[in-house]
Amino acid sequence: MNRLLPRALMAPAVLTLFLWMIVPLAMTLYFSFVNYNLMQPGEHPFAGIDNFHYFVTDPDFWPSVGNTLLLIGSVIAATVVLGIGLALLIDAPFPGRGIVRVLLISPFFVMPTVNALLWKHMMMNPIYGILADVWRFFGAEPVDWMTDWPLLSVIIMVAWQWLPFACLIFMTSLQSLDREQMEAARMDGAGPFQRFFYLVLPHLARPMAVVIMIEMIFLLSVFAEIAITTAGGPGNASTNLTYLIYKQSLMNFDVGIASAGALFAVILANVVAAFLIRIIGKNLD
Amino acid sequence: MSTSQPPSQLLPLAARTAGAWAAALLLFFPLGWLCLTAFKTELQAIAVPPLFVFEPTLENFAEVQRRSDYLLFARNSLITSVVSTLLGLLIAAPAAYSMAFFRTKRTRDILMWMLSTKMMPAVGALLPIYVLAQTASLLDTLPALIIVFTLSNLPIMVWMLYTSFKDIPPEILEAARMDGATLWSEFRHVVMPLSIGGLASCGLLCLVLAWNEAFWALNLTSAKAGTLATLIASYSSPEGLFWAKLSAASLMAIAPIVVFGWFSQKQLVQGLTFGAVK
Repeated sequence: MNRLLPRALMAPAVLTLFLWMIVPLAMTLYFSFVNYNLMQPGEHPFAGIDNFHYFVTDPDFWPSVGNTLLLIGSVIAATVVLGIGLALLIDAPFPGRGIVRVLLISPFFVMPTVNALLWKHMMMNPIYGILADVWRFFGAEPVDWMTDWPLLSVIIMVAWQWLPFACLIFMTSLQSLDREQMEAARMDGAGPFQRFFYLVLPHLARPMAVVIMIEMIFLLSVFAEIAITTAGGPGNASTNLTYLIYKQSLMNFDVGIASAGALFAVILANVVAAFLIRIIGKNLD
Repeated sequence: MSTSQPPSQLLPLAARTAGAWAAALLLFFPLGWLCLTAFKTELQAIAVPPLFVFEPTLENFAEVQRRSDYLLFARNSLITSVVSTLLGLLIAAPAAYSMAFFRTKRTRDILMWMLSTKMMPAVGALLPIYVLAQTASLLDTLPALIIVFTLSNLPIMVWMLYTSFKDIPPEILEAARMDGATLWSEFRHVVMPLSIGGLASCGLLCLVLAWNEAFWALNLTSAKAGTLATLIASYSSPEGLFWAKLSAASLMAIAPIVVFGWFSQKQLVQGLTFGAVK
C-alpha cells in the first residue's frame, strides 16, 4: 500500500489538534510577557516576568494548587474505591439488575451546571435542604455546607457525577474475569477476601489506570461546580487553579496575569500528564 | 446453585440485592428529588420537613418557557452536540484507522501526544480562543461552539476508536486487500461492521460530553448561541424562592440527554473500555 496513505489519514486529526494546541499556547505565551488589561486600551508594553511574579506571589496561588490536587485526588480515590465496590455488587444477576444499572448510571448524564445548583440548593441548603433534614433527624445541628465545608461540597458533587463512569468501566471489565479460575480458587478454599485481592483486584489494574487517566483529564478543569456554588470561596477555600485564572481573566480583565497563570496550569497539567503516561502508557498497548 | 453463579461474586444473593438497590436509590435520590420539586409550588419546594406527597402542578414549566426561550437553547444544544460529534467521528476515524492498521514505532507517542493536548486545561486556552473568536466575529455563535467541542473531544475519540479498531484481526484486512478492496470499501465492508459497537459508543459518549459541556458554553456564548448548560447557569444568580422553577428548568435541560442515555446505556458501556478489557 501507498506509504503516504497512513499519514494522509492521520493528517486532519494531527493538524487540527496541533493548531488547537499551539496557537493558544503561543498567544498565551505572548500575553504573559506584556502588560495587557482589557480595561486599559492602547499599547501592550513588555512586562518581563512581572505577570508571573504577581501570579505566584498572589496569596491565592499555592492554596489553589493545593485545592486542585486535593480535589483530583479525593474524587479519584472515592470513585475508584466505591466504583469497584458497586461494580462487584451488580456484576452477577439479581432481581431488578437492569433498573439498578439505569439508576446508577444517571448522574453521569447530568450537566455540571444542574449538578451544582441541585446540590447547592436542594441538597445542601442549611435550612431547607435534604441533608439538613437528615442531620436534624439524627438530632445533629445542620451543616452550612457551602460556608463550612466548601471544598468537600465540591468534591461530593464531582464524585457523584463521576462515580457512575468509574463503576461502568469496572463493571465492563469484570465481565471478562476468568470465571473458571475464580471457581477453582473457591473450590480450593479461597475465601472472598483472598479471591478479591489475588484475582479480582489484579484483573482491575488496567481499567483502574484508564479511570484515573480519564478522570484526571476532566478533573483538572472542574469549573462550573465551583463557579456556580461557592465562587471559589469563602476566601480561597474552594478556588482551584482553573477558577483562579478565570477570576483574573474575565473578572479582573487582566489578560497578562491570567496568561501567566494559564502557563502555570499548563505546566502543572504536563507534570501530571508525564507522571501518568509513565505509569499508564504501557498499559494502553 | 453455586456453580451457576458468576464466581466473581463475593456475597450471598440477598445481601447483594439489598446493597445494590440501596446504593442505586441513594445515588439516584438527588435526581428523583429534582423531578419531584419541579412539580411543586415554590412554597411546597422549601417545606420543612420535605414534602413527598403533594398535588403536582405544571405551572413551573410554563413559567420557565415564559422567562426564557427554552426551545432556542434546546435547539442550540442539539445542533452543537450532534454536529460536533459527527465532525469528530469524521476526523477521528481515519486517524484511528491509520494508527490501528499501519502501526509504526511512533504510533503510541502520537496517541499520547493527542491525549496530552486534552490535559491542557481549557482555561489556559480561554483568552486566546476568546480573542480569536472575537476577531472572527464568532462570539456567541454556533460554529464557534461546534469547533471547540469537536477539538476538545477529538483526543478521546481517537483513543476510543483506536482501541476498538485494534481488536480487529489484521488477517481479515489482509484478505480484503488481496481481493483488491479499495480503502473505502475495506473500511465500509470490513472495519465498520466489525467495530460498529465501538463507533456507536464513541459517538454516544461525545454526544453526552458535548451536551453537558459548561466551561466553553458559559464563556463563549450568551443569549443567541447559548446551550441548555448556560440557560441553567442563568438561574444561579437570583436568591429567594425559586427552587421549583429551577428544578423545572433543570429537568427540561437534562431530561433529553438522560432519557437518551438510559436507552443507549448498553451500547455506550460496551465500548467504554478504552482497551482496558482483554
